Amino acid sequence: MTSKEKSWKEISPAGVCWKASTQFLTGDWKTYKPIRDLEKCTRCLLCVLFCPDGAIRWKPEKGDIEFDYNFCKGCGICANECPAKAIEMKLE
Amino acid sequence: MQTETEWKFTAKDIAEKPDLFLSGHRACAGCAPATVLRLIMKAVRGPTIVTNATGCMEVVSSIYPYTSWATPWLHTAFENVAANASGIDAALKILKKKGRSKHEHVDIIALAGDGGTYDIGIQALSGAVERGHDFLYVLYDNEAYMNTGIQRSGGTPLGASTTTSPAGTVIPGKLEHKKPIADIMVAHDMPYVATASPYYWRDLLVKVRKGLEVNGPAFLHVFAPCPRGWRSDPAKSIELSRLAVETCIFPLWEAVNGDYQLSTPSKVFALAPQKKKPVKEYLQVQGRFRHLFTPKFEKLAEEIQRVTDERWKRLLKKCGM
Amino acid sequence: MKSVVKQEVLALNGDEAVAYAAKQSDVDVVAAYPITPQTIIVERFSEYVANGEVETEFVCTESEHSALTACLAASVTGARAFTASASAGLALMHEMLFVTSGCRAPVVMAIANRALSAPLNIHGDHSDTMTERDSGWIQIYVENAQEAYDSVIQAFRIAENTDVLLPVIVGLDGFTLSHTLENVHVLADDVVKKFVGTRKFVNVVNHEGKTVPFKLDPDNPTSMGPIALPNYYFEFKRQQEEAMKNALKIIPQVNREYSEISGRNYGDGLVDPYYVEDAEIAIVCLGSTAGTVKAVVDEMRADGVKAGLLRIRTFRPLPVEKIVNTLKNAKAVAVMDRSMSFGGEGGPVFHEVRHALYDTDKHPHIVNYIYGLGGRDTSPMQIRKIYEDLQKILRTKHVETRVQYLGLRE
Repeated sequence: MTSKEKSWKEISPAGVCWKASTQFLTGDWKTYKPIRDLEKCTRCLLCVLFCPDGAIRWKPEKGDIEFDYNFCKGCGICANECPAKAIEMKLE
Repeated sequence: MQTETEWKFTAKDIAEKPDLFLSGHRACAGCAPATVLRLIMKAVRGPTIVTNATGCMEVVSSIYPYTSWATPWLHTAFENVAANASGIDAALKILKKKGRSKHEHVDIIALAGDGGTYDIGIQALSGAVERGHDFLYVLYDNEAYMNTGIQRSGGTPLGASTTTSPAGTVIPGKLEHKKPIADIMVAHDMPYVATASPYYWRDLLVKVRKGLEVNGPAFLHVFAPCPRGWRSDPAKSIELSRLAVETCIFPLWEAVNGDYQLSTPSKVFALAPQKKKPVKEYLQVQGRFRHLFTPKFEKLAEEIQRVTDERWKRLLKKCGM
Repeated sequence: MKSVVKQEVLALNGDEAVAYAAKQSDVDVVAAYPITPQTIIVERFSEYVANGEVETEFVCTESEHSALTACLAASVTGARAFTASASAGLALMHEMLFVTSGCRAPVVMAIANRALSAPLNIHGDHSDTMTERDSGWIQIYVENAQEAYDSVIQAFRIAENTDVLLPVIVGLDGFTLSHTLENVHVLADDVVKKFVGTRKFVNVVNHEGKTVPFKLDPDNPTSMGPIALPNYYFEFKRQQEEAMKNALKIIPQVNREYSEISGRNYGDGLVDPYYVEDAEIAIVCLGSTAGTVKAVVDEMRADGVKAGLLRIRTFRPLPVEKIVNTLKNAKAVAVMDRSMSFGGEGGPVFHEVRHALYDTDKHPHIVNYIYGLGGRDTSPMQIRKIYEDLQKILRTKHVETRVQYLGLRE
């Protein structure tokens, strides 16, 4: 929300959205941050599937998952659902 | 009913598919409907148009100028998402006939909450289904009008405290039962109706795909806990969606051309009833049912157990079990 | 000399004329719900569909609200959409009228003008469309079945013009026009098809940063109908107003173009003046009653009275400049309203004409006659009385009663 707002002449009609929400970082919402124990993690990918914000991604080139803290809201679903109890929610 | 191409997938396959419901939406932390939407969009199989009723998911994903939708997306009003789908379906049909469409087929997904479905939206839904439009209607059920501040809907369960059915000193929350919306849709004689829950993600994905493959209307009722409205721990939203199935409060089933079939996650409890969990386990982790654990209103908790058992028994009968 | 095409004369009532025009206009989707006195439109159209005379998806929705919704959704998917309604049906669509205009969907809708309940009344007046004058729809009121036919065809061109992109209502008086048989000159199918052309789409910028056509297309995804917070909502409304301003130029253009092939024009498309440029006393009227007024004007002119009629054809956008210019010599004006604005001391057309004339130098006396509510007939004698009242105002230079009710039993 830092750019100057556009005038009525500058925007497309009918409210067609011109920014993907990936430009709006929701990571500063969190109080707790998920920290993963790489030893315990079995790469089952449940956290990737359950994250409401798509903030955990499977990176095939790395053969591992990655947390995108720019979008993580700290809900704790990943930690709660992890079958290996590999994720801990730590105060930021 | 098998999926056309016997869609086989691993968690990796799904995880690798790019998200069509993008990050950066403004849903609450721990919002299960957001998870549900992400998963639904993972089951998309080709060109797709999504239309959304007014509600949580619509508002959080389309705050101008931002959008969380990688597919074409339309929102018009609250009660008419099924009419949106009807119009899109009619347009796609005729444009294809007149040779003005590039696509052989475009899937249409109509999304609505319990708000836009059970009550104000049921007319348009019923009409669209009766007319046989080709679309998949997904109801993400968080059991109240959450976006406007947790007011009761026809989908709010018995005994739940909402802002328009608050648990007071005299009345213990909502006194009416949860409308059996999926059964109402089966009574429309429609090709495919199913219930799903995000914890059982594989079952959900297969059902979305089945719904898309139907040539005609399909209805999917997805259970979607709301930590804000249910006063539950945001970390437990997916766990709640599992408990709902384990207590048989929200059984998973499919009705293919009216033939009921219990889904695997719920079959467990039909075959081994001792595994069925008491509803108290589900109720006690939600603030909206807190009043049921006071001496004055504990009878209502028993009533909830009784009603749950009764509906479960009825479902088993329909499934031939 | 421009070539006016050969035309067939068919016996059609207003509803049938509308259906016929829609049939010829290459409409892609018709989603409609029946309501008296519009039923003939949907019935006739569904006959065309059943006989394979049109290539149109006809959707019998379960309510008017869904009918307009389906038309809107079809329109933004890229289809040309048409529907029709009246009275309570239009009222039920109310919410969606604003949404359709806000989504800039060029839907065309015929309204067989009918009174609103309560009490229930199925006959003609303008209360249904007047109530929707703030909705952002262009409104054209027709005088006869011929004009209904011509205006529906023109409406597609007006609505789809890329400088306009606003939905259009064509209003025809319930029963008086909708159900009365007239000789209607119709153009040939290919002529109409050529006139309406194919839809062109404006370009918009989508969330991928690409410039894409304004429609729902999986190849070029767009998100339409978002929530706009206080920081942006206002700007979209200003865009709609600009579109209305552009329509003031486009409507006369389309009227002119159409007259070149049909030989018919309706004033300049915005206003249809009848012996009013030099008139001292004038009536402003919309719809079929204007026909009756014209007959009375003829009589009065024969008697040497400088009486005139200004028929406003396009009510939205309000053609302020045209109203001011055509009434520039009028000293007393009677505005006829076929609807009421309860508690507003006069009807909507009265308010707006007074607004238009307020700043003029001449500043004529302006009075209001509420008439024809619930289908009450208006006779030439009653119209004559209006002119006599106006003459009295000129003589006495005084207005006794500003708002009168024509034909009301006191």
